Amino acid sequence: MAAEAKQQILARIREANERAVRGKETPVPRDYVHSGGLDAASREELFIERLREYDASVTVCASAGLASTIGVLLQDRGWKHVIMAAGFPAAALPFGFEFRQEAEVENSDLDACDAVITGCEVAIAVTGSIVLRHGVGLGQGTRRFTLLPDRHLCVVRAEQLVETVPEAFALLEPFTNDPLTTISGPSATADIEMTRIRGVHGPRFLEVVLVR
Amino acid sequence: MTVRVGDAAQAPPFQRAALPLLEDSQLRKNVRHATGVIQRKRALVAGELSDWQQLRAAASAIKQQTLRHLDEYLLRFEAACVAAGGQVHWARDADEANAIVLALIRSQNASEVVKIKTMTSDETGLNRALEAGGVHPYETDLAELIVQMGEDRPSHIVVPALHKNRSQVREIFREKMGLPGLGDRPEDLTAAARSYLREKFLRVPVAVCGANFLLADTGGVCIVESEGNGRMCLTLPKTLIAIAGIEKVIPSFRDLEVFLQLLPRSATGERMNPYNSIWTGVREGDGPHQFHVVLLDNGRSGILADAEARQTLHCIRCGACLNACPVYRQTGGHAYGSTYAGPIGAILTPQLQQMRHSQSLPYASSLCGACYEVCPVKINIPEVLIHLRGRVVEQSGLSAEAIGMKAMAAVFSSARRLEAAQRLAQRGQWPWVTDGWIRSLPGMFAGWTAVRDLRAIPRQSFRQWWRERQHGR
Repeated sequence: MAAEAKQQILARIREANERAVRGKETPVPRDYVHSGGLDAASREELFIERLREYDASVTVCASAGLASTIGVLLQDRGWKHVIMAAGFPAAALPFGFEFRQEAEVENSDLDACDAVITGCEVAIAVTGSIVLRHGVGLGQGTRRFTLLPDRHLCVVRAEQLVETVPEAFALLEPFTNDPLTTISGPSATADIEMTRIRGVHGPRFLEVVLVR
Repeated sequence: MTVRVGDAAQAPPFQRAALPLLEDSQLRKNVRHATGVIQRKRALVAGELSDWQQLRAAASAIKQQTLRHLDEYLLRFEAACVAAGGQVHWARDADEANAIVLALIRSQNASEVVKIKTMTSDETGLNRALEAGGVHPYETDLAELIVQMGEDRPSHIVVPALHKNRSQVREIFREKMGLPGLGDRPEDLTAAARSYLREKFLRVPVAVCGANFLLADTGGVCIVESEGNGRMCLTLPKTLIAIAGIEKVIPSFRDLEVFLQLLPRSATGERMNPYNSIWTGVREGDGPHQFHVVLLDNGRSGILADAEARQTLHCIRCGACLNACPVYRQTGGHAYGSTYAGPIGAILTPQLQQMRHSQSLPYASSLCGACYEVCPVKINIPEVLIHLRGRVVEQSGLSAEAIGMKAMAAVFSSARRLEAAQRLAQRGQWPWVTDGWIRSLPGMFAGWTAVRDLRAIPRQSFRQWWRERQHGR
């Protein structure tokens, strides 16, 4: 019966197309904007502005100061139980803190921890988005890793930041075997009277560290 | 084959269903507020992109191209999805799809499922079929949860509970979640949903979802969402079942660069929605062990056979046309009696049902064109509405109105017949004329004079006057 359903649907589609396709096939016009025109500094400005509009926090630091910046953030926020994504570079983490490894934690640990730390694959300035590629050991976590905790700290390097959505998809195309998640601000809903509420099911707080 | 679109086949005609809703001032206030907010945000963020029109043109062309080779793209999607460890099923109609999903759930010995918002499953009546089969579905989208707990119907394809305000939602949650002290701030209500559902996400072994896009080249699936309930459902349970209309396939991963710019801006007025998930088949150590896709026809291939109306299948379910429609904004979604309300529902619902039901819906429009203007994939909804009105009239055969119209056409197509008719009417009109006006007509003409007065037909027509003038009389 299953094979029959498939054949019947395909036959109906072919019959319909024979009857109702009009005109010659023309190529898809792709004259929309592919790459943006901003210089690096303005691109970063735009990214930061867009993230803040989503209620995400952003800290900017130099590459050499990444570990100490993360240290100050954890101190300020009072985050003690922090878990790092598998493959996240240990050199980017501050001394004097204890980080648990992704590989050794359960769902309940993720649920109860103060925050998780990941990197990302690409970030998009125009939409204020970060894109995670959930490959093994890429430092971006499995999908649940950045979903169950209440706080997500994401390190974005300036060279990972592009301006437009098409630029990001061009970079992602080789990796479509890996699950991808685009994240634009903390989880939110506007289902009740169109009032935006932060943090329905995913992390309520998105903390981005932009490294230039 | 029995095509079903929710309970649309049993729904009363739009014009009748709308009447009591127009008297519900709370509902009208809620709908006006919500659609107004989204519409303003949409206009702002769509206006921000200098290439908005180019993106629309590209999206429309991609959809046209896809439909032209729909059989090939579906086969390509199936092959790629299976190669990545997914399983693909084909369902001719709603019942077949529901049966496939139920059997898959039973094979996991599950008695509960968590669900991501999927209007397609509302179309097939999946929840009812699952309940009848002893499986309890939990809706996890906040709005869908409100609709499910309130034993209500969705009234908008993006914001299904937009007809409810905060105090109405609080009453539903208080009763159904057993929280008598619950406040009515949206924060309180959202927090209640968060704690109610988290336990289900971690426990329930099967999830059901829809799909925003199926990618033919990679076999991937894309789900667009805001709350994170989607990510929960497609990451935590062991089995994931997606139910998707056959028109959801697009040729390639790269095409997302077009649709993911258009959809969030059109749907919720955001530059990007909080979460998009794109995945292919199954992945060891991350996400479900089993992934199924049910490809649903349920009348879609029939729409494809209508050259003028097949553009209906371009729809990406953004809901922009609902928010823009002056008719929807007055009545809300329930008047349409279908899963799909508003202008897109008015063309999609009757067509899915092969024009056998919901024939009143193509008339639920003033043809103002606002829907076409905001449509991110350029569906010319007014054109399709008129085309479908034509089909409804054709179908209804020889009614008194149709005979009348035919007679009128014959009269108006000949000057001689027109003048003869005018003379006849001029002589015969006296019983209804007072002071040069006709204020009420009998029988089927009464509807015409119910809201307007007509000038009586004058003794001399323009043509007669002209002729006499020329002959110098």
